[in-house]
Amino acid sequence: MFSYYLRQSLISLKRNPILSLLMVMAIALGIAAAMTTITVNYLMSADPIPSKSDRLFYVQLDSWSADEPFLEPNQPPDQLTWRDATELMRAAKAERQSAMATSMMVIEPDVAQQKPFSASVRLAYSDFFPMFNVPFQYGQGWHSDADQSRQLVVVLSHDMNERLFGGENSVGQSLRMGGRLFQIVGVMQPWQPRPRFFDVTTGAFADMNDVYVPFLLKEALTLPNGGNNNCWKPLPDATFQAYLNSECISNQFWVELSDQQAVADYQRFLDNYVTEQKKLGRFPRPLNNHLSDVMSWMEKQQVVSDDAQIMMYMALMFLLVCLLNTVALLLAKFLGKTPEIALRRALGANRRQLMQQHVLETACIGIAGGVLGLVLTWLGLLGVERLYQGNLKDLTQLDLPLLGMGMLLALVAAILAGLYPTWRACAIAPAGQLKTQ
Amino acid sequence: MIAIGPTFRALLRNKVGALLLALQIALTMTVVVNAIHVISSRGDLMSRPSGLDEANQFYLTSTGYASNFNEALVVAEDLRQLRALPAVAGAIQTNATPLGSSGWSTGLSLSMDEQASGVGAAVYFVDETGLDTLGVKLIAGRNFRANEIGEREKNAIDWPSQIIVTEATAAGLFPDLSPAQVVGKSVYISSTSQTTIIGVIDRLQAPWNGWSGVERSMLIPQRTLFGSSRYFIRAQPGQLNQAMRAVQDHLDQHPQGRLIRNVRTMDETRARSYRDDQALQGVLWVTMTALVIITALGIIGMVSFNVNRRRKQIGTRRALGASRNDIIGYFMLENLLTTVVGLVLGSVSSILLNIWLVDTFNLPRIGWLYLPVAMLLLIVVGLLAVYGPARKAAAISPALATRQ
Repeated sequence: MFSYYLRQSLISLKRNPILSLLMVMAIALGIAAAMTTITVNYLMSADPIPSKSDRLFYVQLDSWSADEPFLEPNQPPDQLTWRDATELMRAAKAERQSAMATSMMVIEPDVAQQKPFSASVRLAYSDFFPMFNVPFQYGQGWHSDADQSRQLVVVLSHDMNERLFGGENSVGQSLRMGGRLFQIVGVMQPWQPRPRFFDVTTGAFADMNDVYVPFLLKEALTLPNGGNNNCWKPLPDATFQAYLNSECISNQFWVELSDQQAVADYQRFLDNYVTEQKKLGRFPRPLNNHLSDVMSWMEKQQVVSDDAQIMMYMALMFLLVCLLNTVALLLAKFLGKTPEIALRRALGANRRQLMQQHVLETACIGIAGGVLGLVLTWLGLLGVERLYQGNLKDLTQLDLPLLGMGMLLALVAAILAGLYPTWRACAIAPAGQLKTQ
Repeated sequence: MIAIGPTFRALLRNKVGALLLALQIALTMTVVVNAIHVISSRGDLMSRPSGLDEANQFYLTSTGYASNFNEALVVAEDLRQLRALPAVAGAIQTNATPLGSSGWSTGLSLSMDEQASGVGAAVYFVDETGLDTLGVKLIAGRNFRANEIGEREKNAIDWPSQIIVTEATAAGLFPDLSPAQVVGKSVYISSTSQTTIIGVIDRLQAPWNGWSGVERSMLIPQRTLFGSSRYFIRAQPGQLNQAMRAVQDHLDQHPQGRLIRNVRTMDETRARSYRDDQALQGVLWVTMTALVIITALGIIGMVSFNVNRRRKQIGTRRALGASRNDIIGYFMLENLLTTVVGLVLGSVSSILLNIWLVDTFNLPRIGWLYLPVAMLLLIVVGLLAVYGPARKAAAISPALATRQ
């Protein structure tokens, strides 16, 4: 029966080739527009560390000015002061914790042919590596002793190791950075979480850092600030130490907490800490400290850009227009087939069988539209990537779930579009129809 | 004679088909109106002048790394020699550029009081050749003098006693005064340092194009000793490439314990700065064009089908004396009626979508002009789409059609 229906459907589609092609094209274009933009949104909103995104928490303390919140409505700052970051590290109340900041250092390669160049530096604690599941190619992160003793140790990104050592195991070698010799303790595998969840202050899809060194080296080597630095209170004098003790914020802070109890305990600890600091005349605002897990932090920081969403909504409306188009065309087509339907009813086919056949016909359109649509999606993603020139790096790749979703969307859309026309065409009383012929 | 009554009643015989087409046109209009709106509001953002002479300017970052790097000396020597290059019209040391997306800002206020109302403004460090090199126009007061240029250490917290501000900064501080009246006024930087506005320039954007205060910036007469700084260079008109090559060659030949990176023209900086906006415009153009084409094809398909279904009626009408033009007119009118219903619906939904976009994404509201323009566009597209099938209908021979 199925193969008979299929044959009938194909005959019917071939009878009006231009109309059929029009419907397939409409569905294909609609699917392509929708899937291109959905892909970008889907990849932007992806969970960058699914195995533990609910156990990692970003810490916010409201250290801002009494007169105005950091951000309306009453949002605490998105970063911590040096003072608070180091105090929270000293307390070490979470299972794992790492303060972070960024900076810049000039690397002077040992090889004579290579000129000195500047590298982006991430300052972090030893917990950074296990906390964020950083994959290592050689060696590992530094030992926690190195944090406090401010050892000159460094972890290289995969790309930096390629550039400096041609990809060979460089662990144990030394590297001149900022005029000092650092010991290489680890080399990462290629690691590029998207979004770069652990630091979205300079863009959620910004590039990764070149090298990683212990956080407290910022103080020891008076390293310059990288990324954003915001101050609300003038500094008392012109020294680096005054800056470190100031209310300027330029540090991020993550903790790993395994259960609800730990989260509640840590929240209480933060509130107590701020209450203590208030006695010293700091933290003029009411208590407003936040712990956000990875995904809610991504949402708060609006990692999915407005533009991407606007594009997606426009594209979904485009798909809707394509569907209306298909419904109208199918309606016209199926109503044109009423004499044939009436004849088949009169010859004994029941309404259900005829409906099945016509749903199959629309499914054929859907499948053809879906396949063509996915090809166009691929082209669309290439086009979008070219338009954005690197600003959407890694956000324009189709994966299996997306391909499946595109196919399903095309099929469901086509069948939905066909339901009403099918029902209308098959709801005709055969006797009346046949008589008028 | 074209008659609306019978045409309308005929339309009602296939209510759903007509309604579907009307809905399609309504949605198309909604997307077109809002897409054009987003495209043009991004266009407005992108067309704001930075105040620079962008076509002839570029910059680079110079970072000292050697332990014996004497920044004050090296920078002074570099600038002196760069200025002597024939293709170079001007060269300064600064910290940031308009559209560059990174830089400094600080508060300017009328009193020391932290709660005093003030405005934020971007900070650019320049020397006495800054105005010429940047290509900005002084509209009131005077330029810095060579003996007023000081030095600034890395963690300095105090500010010099003279500054130059943009007109927008002046207006933010003194809304009621003209630029000439602002000259000589005393203000506070970061609520701590008192300073005098000695000059007002017409325009110099802050580095962040998305900032609401993007037109507010100030020039600070200081050479920086931060270890790393930017050389901003203006080429002689039309000699940007020669100047870039000459400057890089010169700096390469005089390494002096510093490294040069991020050599970039202002044109490139502008393109980078607005890349996302430009890309969104592109995506919306494609979406909109494809949508109008799909809708037009849909209309062609529908009308062709109707023509085929109504061959008998068309033949009968022709036999009864209707001219070819009557038949064409009939289909045109039928489509026009559907389109008008669609456009009325579309106007409402365009405004609703815009309200939602305004609420959700802080977009500006649409100008009323978009609605009639989009309506006209879709009416023309609709009529063009109908014309082909309608002509085919008119070509139906009455004798053949009625005999079938």
